[in-house]
Amino acid sequence: MSEHKYVDKATGTETVGHEWDGIVELDTPMPRWWVWTFYATIVWGIAYMILYPAWPLVNSATEGVLGWTSRGELQKEMSAREQQLEPIRAALVANDINSVAANENLRNQAINGGASAFKVHCVQCHGSGASGFKGYPNLNDDDWLWGGDLEAIEYTLVHGIRQPDHPDTRFSQMPAFGRDGILQPNEIQDVVSYVRTISGDERPSPASERGAVLYEANCTICHGADGKGDRFQGAPNLTDRIALYGRDRASLTETITNSRYGVMPRWSERLDPATIRMLAIYVHSLGGGEAAPQPDETAETGTGDEQS
Amino acid sequence: MDTLLMKAGGWLVLAFVAFAAMVLAADSGFAFHMAIIAIACLITLWVTISKADYVAIGRGILKAPPDQGLYDDDPIRWGVIATIFWGMAGFLAGLYIALQLAFPVLNLGFEYTTFGRLRPLHTSAVIFAFGGNALIATSYYIVQRTCRARLAFPGLARFVFWGYQLFIVLAATGYLLGITQSKEYAEPEWYVDLWLTIVWVSYAAVFIGTIAKRSEPHIYVANWFFLAFILTVAMLHLVNGLTMPVSLLGAKSYSAFAGVQDALTQWWYGHNAVGFFLTAGFLGMMYYFVPKQAERPVYSYRLSIIHFWSLIFLYIWAGPHHLHYTALPDWAQTLGMVFSIILWMPSWGGMINGLMTLNGAWEKIRTDPIIRMMVLSLAFYGMSTFEGPMMSIKAVNSLSHYTDWTIGHVHSGALGWNGMITFAAIYYLVPRLWGKQRLYSLRMINWHFWLATMGIVLYAASMWVAGIMQGLLWREYGDDGYLVYSFSEVVSAMLPMYLIRAVGGLLYLAGACVLVYNVWMTIAGHQRDEKPMTETPHDPEADKPLAGQPAAVPAE
Repeated sequence: MSEHKYVDKATGTETVGHEWDGIVELDTPMPRWWVWTFYATIVWGIAYMILYPAWPLVNSATEGVLGWTSRGELQKEMSAREQQLEPIRAALVANDINSVAANENLRNQAINGGASAFKVHCVQCHGSGASGFKGYPNLNDDDWLWGGDLEAIEYTLVHGIRQPDHPDTRFSQMPAFGRDGILQPNEIQDVVSYVRTISGDERPSPASERGAVLYEANCTICHGADGKGDRFQGAPNLTDRIALYGRDRASLTETITNSRYGVMPRWSERLDPATIRMLAIYVHSLGGGEAAPQPDETAETGTGDEQS
Repeated sequence: MDTLLMKAGGWLVLAFVAFAAMVLAADSGFAFHMAIIAIACLITLWVTISKADYVAIGRGILKAPPDQGLYDDDPIRWGVIATIFWGMAGFLAGLYIALQLAFPVLNLGFEYTTFGRLRPLHTSAVIFAFGGNALIATSYYIVQRTCRARLAFPGLARFVFWGYQLFIVLAATGYLLGITQSKEYAEPEWYVDLWLTIVWVSYAAVFIGTIAKRSEPHIYVANWFFLAFILTVAMLHLVNGLTMPVSLLGAKSYSAFAGVQDALTQWWYGHNAVGFFLTAGFLGMMYYFVPKQAERPVYSYRLSIIHFWSLIFLYIWAGPHHLHYTALPDWAQTLGMVFSIILWMPSWGGMINGLMTLNGAWEKIRTDPIIRMMVLSLAFYGMSTFEGPMMSIKAVNSLSHYTDWTIGHVHSGALGWNGMITFAAIYYLVPRLWGKQRLYSLRMINWHFWLATMGIVLYAASMWVAGIMQGLLWREYGDDGYLVYSFSEVVSAMLPMYLIRAVGGLLYLAGACVLVYNVWMTIAGHQRDEKPMTETPHDPEADKPLAGQPAAVPAE
């Protein structure tokens, strides 16, 4: 409450005179560096507001003498990038995919761009290492459901798998043998035994012998008499050790009873042809890419991923 | 007797209303909250009609000294306990969600324990429960002493305390139940917002009422900051909380604003919650406890005036810097950035005034662990108020936005500035409020200081590295012009940083545990037998006149 000024001994500065609960205040001038830095930021702020859009008006805002806009800047950066990529994109789609991939420079460009696009569009299902998950194929191996040459991969990307609104999509549907009453549960167990025999997971048994008969009647039309599958229908090879939904008895029982219905988007709806082509070349390069089939040779004899 | 009957009847009616709302509720979360409110009304009813002297019982539990009729310190003692309690809850929740980020399995597979629900629990617990209780308690303490007046409206002051705790309970349980209006730091739904409005207006009445009945001719600078904090938070809360409930018997509501206007309103609120809650309010704390603990005059009265008004004027514009490179119009982004940068010096005015108050008492940094905490707090205040304007520059923001750098920035301010100044204030207050000669242990403050400091350093450093890494990896282009990293690769690169951050949080929590023990033992009336922090050497052999020597002749 006391109102008296005195000089503080330690600092040699006079106090302001008020006192609150023992606290007094010195009458120290504001530090010069503080004041001048404050002024400098204000001057800078005014200059910045003159140069850039700053003050709202009735229907718009001051535009700033530089005429800068964030949309304009984005446009500039995007078109610079477009211009940089345009020749490559044009070259990528100028010819058929096999001759594009044969060009060393274009092939490297496509693999780099494809890797980048893969990380944005494909990793959600196929994994960041492209090794897939249950129900989503591994793209690193040489086991292909619908074909593993460049044209087949590109076709799959463009048209997708089991896209109901699209006539050119990759399409097939395995019957739900159990749910639809085609096979009885004990018969399904026999078929499971047989399938596990040809894949080498089980030794032949009476059950697998019964299953062989059922297989012959029900499954050969798609998976072939030898069980090696059919790429025209996306019917997987049953004789290898790769199975999309699992090779254990429970998974196979589920597959045969209720069937499976894996889908993939048709990317032509979302991506431009050059990006799709880059993705195709990238996926082809991952390890399992196959050579283009000879004109007189049909692709029927290849291996197929075990899907349904 | 008539008033008692009226009061009791009123609480009973309120309890019935809440019970009816619970029965008719449109969703289970709202029903749960109405049940809490009904129970709160019944407890209040019981306290009203019961003949027991709950004030005395409460004093007994808290071991509070009797009221000598000078200052009204009971709500401050409760506030100190509540501050510590919610602080521990908030730090623990923070550590847990930090571990969730490193080990997602800790989400436990329940909706109630997912990161998305625990994160607002953590932020609200530390900002509003820990920080808010600290601000209310210290402002009650400071305003009485610097106005030389007893608290105005004592009943209302107690209502503010308990009403605020009810707000915290409703907010926290709401987050776990999934009730949120999806506005960061303003998650509680419309009915909790309304309740907080009532509590906050009561708080303003108590504070302003006390200033009005002051017996000092002038209002001390700490009270300017508290006033700015109380009034601005009221304005922010009212505007950002404008919503239309879907049903008066349901939790859900929709914001009065849409799209980018909603985003701007939210960040006008969000940034000024930082500016007025975590900066202005805590500066009020600083302006009292630093000169008191240092026993030195405040460095510069003029600086306090200029930095107060410039801070208040400039802060309110800075919100749009949270929305750089979004749909927000360019002009608003420009203003947000420009005002954030001009805000740099006004913010530093508080740091200068705090640190330079130690002029003439610098040796206390060595000898007084509470002063050491205050100095560290001001240092972190200075660092984060430099870092903030820097991050608001659009070029920097294009790297830092959406990264953990922001998290690091917030925590260097929150753990360093808000946390440390609050701990220092608690250490200052506890012996005085409970009439003890000193704290249980000064050396434990030193332990707390170092544990917290190491925790903050690990936290801030790991988040800087994590944030800058994220910013750089996301925009990394290869030679051919394609992005190099996928988002998930960047996420997995963060694991070591997240582990270091969790260790930092653990150390900070450990420091707070030391505080709990120290405060507990102090209130229980113990004093630890320990060596003092410093001992000036004393040699009795040399402490005598030199016999047989001629008296010293002054030199010419």
